[in-house]
Amino acid sequence: MQFLQVLISGISQGCIYGLIALGFVLIYKATEAVNFAQGELMMLGAFVGLTVSAYFAMPYWAVLLISVAVLAVFGFLTERLILRPILGQPAFAIVMVTIGVGYTARGLITMIPGIGTDTHVLEVPFKDKMLSVGGLTIGMEHVVIIATSIVLCALLFGLFRYTRIGIAMQAASQNQLAAHYMGIPVKRLNGLIWATSAAVAAVAGILLAPITFVHVNMGFIGLKAFPAAVIGGFESLPGAIIGGLIIGIVESLAGFYLPEGFKDIAAYVVVLAMLMVKPNGLFGEKIRKRV
Amino acid sequence: MRFIFKTDYLQDIQLAKHRGQQFWYGLLFVALILLPWIVSNYLIDQLVLIFIYSIVGLGLMLLSGYTGLISLGHAAFLGVGAYTEAVLAAKGWPFPLSISMAILLSAITGVIVGLPALRVKGIYLAIATLALGVIVEEVLTRWESVTGGNSGLPVKAVQLFGIKIASLQGFYYLSLVFVVVSTWVVLNLLRSPTGRAFVAIRDSEVSAQSMGIHLAKYKTISFALSAGLTGLAGALYAHKIRFLSPEQFTVLQSIEMLMMIFIGGIGSIHGVFFGAFFLIVLPQAISVAKDYLPAAIGGAAGLQATIFGLIIVGFVMFEPLGIYGRWVKIRTYLQMFPFYRKGAFKRQKTFQKSERNR
Repeated sequence: MQFLQVLISGISQGCIYGLIALGFVLIYKATEAVNFAQGELMMLGAFVGLTVSAYFAMPYWAVLLISVAVLAVFGFLTERLILRPILGQPAFAIVMVTIGVGYTARGLITMIPGIGTDTHVLEVPFKDKMLSVGGLTIGMEHVVIIATSIVLCALLFGLFRYTRIGIAMQAASQNQLAAHYMGIPVKRLNGLIWATSAAVAAVAGILLAPITFVHVNMGFIGLKAFPAAVIGGFESLPGAIIGGLIIGIVESLAGFYLPEGFKDIAAYVVVLAMLMVKPNGLFGEKIRKRV
Repeated sequence: MRFIFKTDYLQDIQLAKHRGQQFWYGLLFVALILLPWIVSNYLIDQLVLIFIYSIVGLGLMLLSGYTGLISLGHAAFLGVGAYTEAVLAAKGWPFPLSISMAILLSAITGVIVGLPALRVKGIYLAIATLALGVIVEEVLTRWESVTGGNSGLPVKAVQLFGIKIASLQGFYYLSLVFVVVSTWVVLNLLRSPTGRAFVAIRDSEVSAQSMGIHLAKYKTISFALSAGLTGLAGALYAHKIRFLSPEQFTVLQSIEMLMMIFIGGIGSIHGVFFGAFFLIVLPQAISVAKDYLPAAIGGAAGLQATIFGLIIVGFVMFEPLGIYGRWVKIRTYLQMFPFYRKGAFKRQKTFQKSERNR
């Protein structure tokens, strides 16, 4: 029974990792850029949600929607103003620019007097509630995280499978040049991808808020979502979620059964092992570069 | 404008390209030797830090700037070097021996990270080094019998041939020697076949491979050398700070080191020194500037991170070759005056190149 309890909290933590990893993968698939600011996008989402909830006293669903909308615009603008001008530069430059964006975001939030340096509680309607199923007691926030992640994945699946724009995005991420020749507005799609990715990060931030509270360093969780994305293969959307779940479950089991300290490095041990055994991840494709 | 006519290969690979360079670098060297008599102890203290970070930068530049492998775990090598030196110095090992061990152990750690690096590249490699960085940090925290854990580890002063180097000036000269020697080693390495192989790997792995360069071998060498240099810097760092704790060697440190070489100018040895200078001077400059800013901005905790972030973004967007790139432009302007054309360094239009042609 205890095992199941640990497993479920691992799954809910894994969903958060998965959602952040999803953001990495979306951007990487579309633009071949690795967004090191994904964790900070999540942090911004949580802070936007906090502002909306604390100062405008909006209900929870409105908090979620507004934060998603604000972050989507933020992501879109980041792509337009920062990423697009440096298109074609080496990967190292793009890594540095996203690290820079993350630093700036974290610094700016810290500078807001009275808010930036404190830890905040985001008011949620399901606070301290428990769900009991056949002897299992699960915190309501875990249930909400898992349920929302499932809904979000379904929405994304629908977007990529059934809408014109989603299919165009798939085409562009498979071969930009061919997509461009077919009349697909690749540049605008990249902006939309960034918007989607930031929106997913915002959802993750709002979901994580009841568990870790809202503070400026919550974005460092993004460093743990990297292993999740790598395990999934970095190019596969379902892979990201599954990678996240693996990391989450391993981490919470390690925290429960192994001595102190193993919880923090579990994710990294798993990813190192994965890179040794299967360098392209679970769902990655073997890629050879044409000269 | 100076034109150098090269008549043989040995001239082509000379370290100092012309008389002017010999003169200016000689002057710089003399100035560095005389400096402790001229400037205050505070400046010497900062210079020692710049030297130590320059050695880190040399190591990282070799790996990221010349071999093209991004490392997000270099603080781990710094940590391995620092702790090895601290522990061995406490056991009474002579300094030359202990610092060699620090370099060796870091290099071995580097090879261990390099092993997965042989199969993966790009972002996967960055994640592998990140993973190693976190694991080493955790080991440093938990292995309390050796490292002292979170309560920290005091470090003794350097004992060199029976002489205790405790004064700031003595340590300044010691680090100066190490900086000069490592710079010389790296410069020589870069004009040797090994260095050329590194650059070839950076520019195109496939082409390098088809020219007969053994990728795995050279990548491992690059990792070992880079980690070894960083370990050397770590050993000096341990004696400089005199107190080690695991939070000095976190992933954030590694990211700062990457920023350092990027701002200095990726792919140039000058850039290493510019970057180290920048990294040490900027926080000081900010703390001085704070007094002149309105309290709401100057007193805020996140000011430094914000400025760092903005500078990074600015450099990537407007000067991707860093401070060294800017300096080359200024130098060319002065050399060609008044014939400098605005478009002399106009960036070529770049297009996104896909890494995954199927």
